[in-house]
Parts: sequence; C-alpha cells; structure tokens
Amino acid sequence: MAEFSPALIILLGGLFVPLVPNGWARNLFMLALPLLAAVQLINLGVGEYWNYELFGQSLTLTRIDGLSRIFSTIFLIAIALNVVYAWHVRDPVQQSASLVYPGAALGGVLAGDLITLFIFWEIAAISSVFLIWASRNRRAFYAGMRYLAWQVGSGVLLLMGVVLYFRASGSLAFENFLDGGMSLSDPAVLFIFIAFGIKSAFPLLHNWVQDAYPESTVTGTIVLSIFTTKLAVASLARGFAGAEALVYIGAAMTAFPIFFAVIENDLRRVLTYSLNNQVGFMIVGIGIGTPLALNGAAAYAFCNILFEGLLFMAMGAVLYRTGTVKGSELGGLYKTMPLTAIFCIIGAASISAFPLFSGFISKGLIIGAAAKEHYYWVWMTLLFAAAGVFHHSGIKIPFFAFFAHDSGKRPKEAPLHMLIAMGITAFLCIFIGSAQIFTGPLGDPLYALMPFEVKIEDAHSSYIAYTAPHIVTQLQILLFSGLAFAVLQKTGLYPPELKSTNLDSDWLYRVPGRAFLGWATGASRATWNALWAIFSGRIQVLMARIYAVHGPEGQMSRSWPIGFMALWTAVLLALVLVLSFLA
Amino acid sequence: MSLIAQLPVLPIIIPLVAAPLTLLLPKPRLPWVWASVVAWVTFAACAWLLATVASTGMISYHLGDWAPPLGIEYRVDLANALVLFLVSGVAALVFAFSYHSVRAEVDAAQTPLFYGAMLICLTGLLGVTITGDAFNVFVFLEISSLSTYALVAMGARRDRRALTAAFNYLVMGTIGATFFVIGIGLLYQATGTLNMADLHERLIGQDNRMVQAGFAFIVVGIGLKLAMFPLHLWLPNAYTYAPSAVSAFLAATATKVAVYVLIRFFFSVFNFDFAFIGAAFTYVLLPLGIAGMFIASLAAVFQDDVKRLLAYSSVGQIGYMLLGLSFATVEGLTASLVHVFNHALMKGALFMAVACVVLRAGSHSINAFAGLGKRMPVTTWAIILSGLSLIGVPLTVGFVSKWYLLDAAFSSGHGYSGFLIVASSLIALLYVGRLAEVMLLREPPSEGKYAFPAKEAPLAMLIPMWVLVIANIYFGIRTDLTGGIAQRAAEALMLTAGGAP
Repeated sequence: MAEFSPALIILLGGLFVPLVPNGWARNLFMLALPLLAAVQLINLGVGEYWNYELFGQSLTLTRIDGLSRIFSTIFLIAIALNVVYAWHVRDPVQQSASLVYPGAALGGVLAGDLITLFIFWEIAAISSVFLIWASRNRRAFYAGMRYLAWQVGSGVLLLMGVVLYFRASGSLAFENFLDGGMSLSDPAVLFIFIAFGIKSAFPLLHNWVQDAYPESTVTGTIVLSIFTTKLAVASLARGFAGAEALVYIGAAMTAFPIFFAVIENDLRRVLTYSLNNQVGFMIVGIGIGTPLALNGAAAYAFCNILFEGLLFMAMGAVLYRTGTVKGSELGGLYKTMPLTAIFCIIGAASISAFPLFSGFISKGLIIGAAAKEHYYWVWMTLLFAAAGVFHHSGIKIPFFAFFAHDSGKRPKEAPLHMLIAMGITAFLCIFIGSAQIFTGPLGDPLYALMPFEVKIEDAHSSYIAYTAPHIVTQLQILLFSGLAFAVLQKTGLYPPELKSTNLDSDWLYRVPGRAFLGWATGASRATWNALWAIFSGRIQVLMARIYAVHGPEGQMSRSWPIGFMALWTAVLLALVLVLSFLA
Repeated sequence: MSLIAQLPVLPIIIPLVAAPLTLLLPKPRLPWVWASVVAWVTFAACAWLLATVASTGMISYHLGDWAPPLGIEYRVDLANALVLFLVSGVAALVFAFSYHSVRAEVDAAQTPLFYGAMLICLTGLLGVTITGDAFNVFVFLEISSLSTYALVAMGARRDRRALTAAFNYLVMGTIGATFFVIGIGLLYQATGTLNMADLHERLIGQDNRMVQAGFAFIVVGIGLKLAMFPLHLWLPNAYTYAPSAVSAFLAATATKVAVYVLIRFFFSVFNFDFAFIGAAFTYVLLPLGIAGMFIASLAAVFQDDVKRLLAYSSVGQIGYMLLGLSFATVEGLTASLVHVFNHALMKGALFMAVACVVLRAGSHSINAFAGLGKRMPVTTWAIILSGLSLIGVPLTVGFVSKWYLLDAAFSSGHGYSGFLIVASSLIALLYVGRLAEVMLLREPPSEGKYAFPAKEAPLAMLIPMWVLVIANIYFGIRTDLTGGIAQRAAEALMLTAGGAP
C-alpha cells in the first residue's frame, strides 16, 4: 500500500462500484475514493513510485512532480465534486465510468513513462464513451462511436509515435521531446504531437468535442468536459513545452470557437466551444514555454476546471429541471432557480476574468507571458479572445438561461446535492481569485502548487494580480464587450437564439463521410459482382472443362458457393505458380 | 525405456488411444469426464515438453526407433513446443467447458462420438505440430480435418445449415489437403526424402521447376487450411453452424496450427536462397494479409450473428499473422508467433462466452445479446475483456501482439503497414464496441423470441472461460513469457532459413 498509485485507487474503486449496494452506501463509497486518493497523494509527496517491467523496459507508474501534482490535485477535487453533483444517479454503468475514466486520466497525468501514459490514455478513451452511451439513444450511440474513433485514433497514433520514438532514441522516458535534439518534423515526435492534439482538440481536430459531449447525460457531460482535454494539456506541458507551433495553434484555438459559440443555440454546446477556447489559452502558455507561461497554463487549467465545471453544472441543473438547454426555449429561470443563477453568474464572472474571481489571477499570467516574450499578434488575439469569452460564456449563458425574455417556465430550484456541489465550486472560484488580496502574491495558495518556483522580480510581475493597470485593462475589456452585447441586443442586430443547427467541419465526415462509406461498400460489392460475372463468364467455362478433366469436382462448379471457393483456390495457385517460376 | 524418454510421443499416443474408448463408455456423463481427463493429461505432457525444450533445447524422437530420414521423426523445438502447449491447453479448457453446451446442442445419442471425434481432432492437430516428417504432416492434417467435418456437421441438430457448412468445408479442406500432398509429392520427386530436416539439406541449390511447383501447391494448400483471404470462404459458415464448443476449440487451434505449418515450411524446409520465398512474402502473404485485415474485419462489422462476426474477425486476425510473417525478419516472425498464441486466447474465450449465451438464450443472433449485462453479467464481462484484448487495449494480450507487430513493421522498413495495422484495429473497435453497446446499454427484451430469464451459465462453463479471460490479462502483463519464447523460436527458425538479417 505504501507506494500504491492514487490513480489506481480511483480506477479500481470505480470498477468495484457496481458491486456496492446502490443508494447511499454506494454514494459514500464513491466519495471516499477521491478522499483516499488525496491522502495517498499527499503521503507520497514528490518522487517516483512503483517501478515495473514491461517489454524488458523499466517503467514508472507514478511520478509526482510540480506539474503532475497541480493537475492531480485539481483532478481529485473535481472527481469529488462530481460525485456530490451526481448523487441522484442510480445507473451503475454511469457511476462506474465516472470514476474509471477520471482515474485513468489521473493515471495519465502521473505516468512516468510513455507506455504507462499510453495505457491510461487508452483506458480513458474507452471508459469515457460509456458516459456518452449512457444517454441510451441512437443519437448518443452514433455520437459515441464517432467519439471513440477519434479517441482511439489518438491512442494508436500515440502508440505509433512511442514505438518510433523508442526506435529512434532507445528511451521510453516521458520528458520534453524537443530537448533531445528531435524536432516536430520527426515522424515519431509528430505522431505523438498529433495524438496529444486530437485529445486537446486542436483546430480542425476539435469537433468531436461539440459532437459528443452534449449527447451525454446531465452529469456525464460535466465529467467529460474536465478530464480528456486537461490530460492532453498536462501531456503537452510535459512533452512539448516551448514548442513555438503551439503558440499559434493555441491562439487560433482561442479565437475561432467564439464565432461558433455566438450563433449556437444549445447552451451546453456553447460551453463546449468555450472549452476549446479555454484550452487554447493553456496551449499558448505551453507554447511560450517560460516558467511564467507554464505556471500560467497549469494555474489556468486548475481554475478552468472549476469555473467551466461550474457553468456545465449550472446548465446541467437547468437541463435536469426543464429538460432543455436550448437558448430559445429558456429565459426567466432566475425567478425559481435563484441559487443556480447566482452560481452560474459566479462561474461566468470567473471565466471572464473579473477581478476577485479565479480567472483574473490565472489568465493574466498567460497574457502577461505572451507580452513579455513579445508575441504581439498573439497577445492581441488573446485579448480579443478574452473579450469573446466574456461575450459568449460570461453574458450569453446566464443571460439566455436565467434572464432574457421570460419563457414562462417555472422549474423547481436544483436539488440539494447539486446546489452543494455548485456552492463549493463557486466558493473555490472566489477563494482562489481573491486570496491574494489578503495573503499577498507570495502567500497565494494556488502559487504554492505551481510547477515552477514563483519568482517576483519587480512590481510589474504578472504574478501580482491586483495592480491598477491589470484591473483597469481587464475592466476595459469587459466593459466594451458588455457594451457591444448590449448595443447589439438593443438594436436587434444580435444573432437571435434561433432553433438552428450549426454545421461544423465534422459535417465533412458525417455526411460526405457516410456517403463515401456507402459508396465504398456499394463499389466493393459491385466490383465483387463484376469480378464474379467475369469469372462466371468465359473463365468459368474454362474452369469447368478443367474440373471435368481432373475429376468429379467438375460437377461441383454448378453449386456455386463451392465452385466459387475452388475457383479462388485455382486462381491463387496459378498466381503463386507464376510467381515462383518468374522469381 | 523410461517414460520420460518417450515424452514427445505422449501427446499423440494418449488422445489417439483414448478416442475409441469413449465410444464404449455409458452415455450421459462418462465420455465427457474421460475426454476431459485425457485432455488434461495431454496438456500436462505438452507443458512438460515445453519446459524441457526451453531448458535443454531441441528434442528429436525417433518413432519406433527407426532412424530418420527413413523413419518418422518427431522434432520438437521452441516454435512447435509453444504451439503444442497452446493447442493442448485450449483443448483441456474447452473439453472441461463443453459438457452443458454439448448436452444442449448435440444429439444425446452422438455424445460419445462427439467426444471421440474431439479427441481425434486433438490428436491430429498435435501430430501436425510435433512431427518432423512432411508426409506425416499430411496424414495428421487429414486426421484432424476429417474429424472436424464430422464435428461441424453435428451442429445440425440445432440448425440444418450445419450440414452444408460441413460439406463445403469438406470439399475445400480436401482440395487444400490434395494441393498440399501434391506439393509434398513434387518435393519428394526432387529430393527423394520426406523428412523435413533432410528435405532442407537436399533442397539447397535445387531451384528448379519441380521445387517451384511444389512450393506453390504447398502454399495454396496450407493457405486454404489457415483461411488465408480469399481462401477463407469455408470458415464463416463452419464456425457459425458448428456446435459452440467446437467453434471455440477450432477457432483457437485449427487455423493456428496451419499458420505454424506455413512457418515451418517457409523457414525450416525451404530457405531464403530460393527467390520464390521472397516473392511469396512480398506478393502473396503481404497483400493477402492486409486485404484480410481490412475486408474480413469490415465484413465482421455488419454481421448480425455473433458467431459469424467472430469468425470474420478471425479471418482478419489471421491477416496480422501473415503480415508479421511476410516481413521475413526475426521481429516479424516473433510478432506472428506471439499473435498465434494470443489470438487463440482471445477467440477461445469469446467463443466460449457465446456458447454460454447459446445455452441460455438458444441463439447466437446479436438480438439475443441485448441487455446481456443484466441477465448474464459474468459472461458479459468475459466478452468485454476478451473483446478489449481483440482490439489491442493495453494490459491485454492483444496489446502485446500489436506492440510486437508495430515494432516489426517499423524495424523492417514497412512503416506504412504500421498505419494499416493501426487503422484495421479501429475496425475491431467498431465490431467490439457495437457488441458492448448492445450488451451493456440496451434493455433486455421482455417478450418474444429473444426473451429468457436472467440466469448465469453454470460454473462448469464459467470457470474454464474465465481461466482464458484471465490468461488474456496475465500474458498481457507478463510479456516476457510468450514474447521471450517466441523470440528465441524465431531466432532459431531464421538461423535455419539463413535469412536476411
């Protein structure tokens, strides 16, 4: 037990969930697991634990260092909050998956080598699909299948990359890939990069997020939104810190989903676009690669899991009570769901980086790092994206759900356990955002968890969040973005929440892809038939003669299945004969 | 003349002598007990043989004390010791497993015949593997095939289509065997010997039409037996309509033994100086292996009958073995041998699980699997775990196979085939995922043809099945066992073949 992996506590515990009697006993058991894992994580402390052998290589199951510590801490917090939020769920498949999958993601974050990473990568992919399928309808099934293809595709790319990397470098160590003299153009590194890229939803590799996550259940979507992309972010931070390509990829990621988010009607889908945009900020930080930027990326991931989770929870509560999250069907819910509305606003304020909320202290680090390294256009993009975030997540989500035109819906307030989960999350958002005011930057509890030492060189350091310029810049962004929303809304120019379906690039593989598959099936059948027609034409006559000469099997050619099989045998024999004679 | 000196002949003699005795035993239970005990004793002998060969090296046993090349020689090295261990191990488990399944699916009057035929089939498969004599391979191949035809036909009690399936299999199997024996005949004409080691010596430098034609006939003959695409057409029906226990046994052993024979002829009888060996690797095994990986796996996706789905998946998996083989490197050969072993573990477990479902639901249509997780949870999880192994998920043997295959593909310069391996494993994901979704997330039908009470299969079936499922995971973690033996076997084979490095 001394070196037992915290990830395995969650993962194996999750597998045992269906065996625990359903009801309170099971809920308490599920809640005990993240607590137990947290105790184990603290007991272990920084270091490497549980080395084992596979394929003659020494591998490390658990590596706790600055980077994995901050991610595993927030993962465990999120797991516990999800258990509380999903207290009402009585479906063993969903309950089990909502622990096995985060457990696997945790294992991936803690993995000390590439094989261990790959193992958890695959377990996370496969266990998570059950959360999508848990909706138990055909839509969810096919969305789950597409999701699974993406995820496992990422896994096998990772595997190929690892095998190639192993052949090239003789090492399975999971460290920065670019430090060893390899570049992104090496196939080994490129495969791993794309594998990470799929999971973190790089632009054009992103639409599995929008496709699959909203199909999951009320609680499943929240779990899904947290772990897969953050596992990828943690892996990128470890393997590709300082890869300049990431700066631009990340900048694109922050900007493009905004346009989709503005016109999207399904509010949970709006949040999935916002998820893309948020991960973009982290990726920019990783790409810049300085200690400040990496600290910023990790801190932002930490805060994002809380406030993005809070927004998903609020929308989940709305969905749970009203049965819809379409912007066009909601509105005026604040009258009967006031607490949910408040929590949602706190989440929205955090994601928009209002002073006093957690986004404010963490987003500043990344934007500050971009400025410090003189990425001018990237810096501009990030500012624009920050304004956009406020627009679609900060205003649109709470406004359309809880205010706007009154939909006449009068649902009950969210159930108590959901309120507790949202309340704790909201508290954490405010606590992280405002702790610095009381403790000073050096005493900030979040800074203590950061992967790199926090060095405050001068009074302009980005680590000091509450400075006049920072607050003023941020408020300006927010005010103008808010103004734009208000003006557009009042003048009727704002895209109304229509009952529309947006086509994203996943259309390419959903519609033409399916058509292509249909075509391919038809074409192969036609080829098959054509081949058969040719054979059953002239050559069959010839073959029949050969059979007639060589024995009673000739009679068999009339019963076509056997004749067909025998025909193939003869064709292959002829081929091999010719081949051996010519070779 | 101690028993230990006679060890190599025991795996053949024991089931061969025991088979006719089953016919004399009183019906309901005793033939099964007898056959199972015999299978376990055979397994013990094979395990002992593997341990001996692993520690002391190759064993040559002269049957009846007639010295080779005139006498028949049993020649056990690591490659066939591994296959012997596998075949007898699967047999021991399937025999123990089969009682309830056979009682439900086979005519009661035929049970002694059934177990007799199973033992004969086992004898044949072990004989093919152990012998060092080319003609003896043919004899044992026919022994195993003839009993298999009868076994497949016994499925007729449940479904009359078993008869046509058995008949087609009979015709195709006979063509295969005939081609094979023609090939052996041509080689005999060229060299005047039938002993494989002796053939190897005398074939050196004999690159003439006779040898070339012999090679072609042997490749196609064995290709039929191992269901190499497109010679696989007999297999789906045979596996679908055979009694479930037979499907489990055959899927895990018969094609594997044929793959072994192909390896033996490529590497131990011929050698790499023959230009046609390289050509066959590049232009026959490689493309047909890849074609099988995709076409058969795609066919599996659309099947509505689970046994048929698994059968097509088998054809696809055989593609992996051929692909590994076609690299003609130590790594490729290792990957092939490892996958022979691992695939037997997965498919054995999967077909056993289907047998459990057939016992309770009376059907192997995918509709009978709806909501199986609620009705037969233990069986369901056996299917899921072995299904994950089939996809190649880490911690299962499927992952070990895939790792070795990818490593072989990249190291032999066939990098593109690495992509293809990966792409085709996504197809496996589709058919396993579809099955998993049906079992776990659909509601079990409460009325109609596919409704049946929630009741697990009897323990006598669950235990052997789970032994295989656990083997899937055990060998997925302890990779040194299979991987190590396969690698040593591959190195020895490559050395004989004088192969390219």
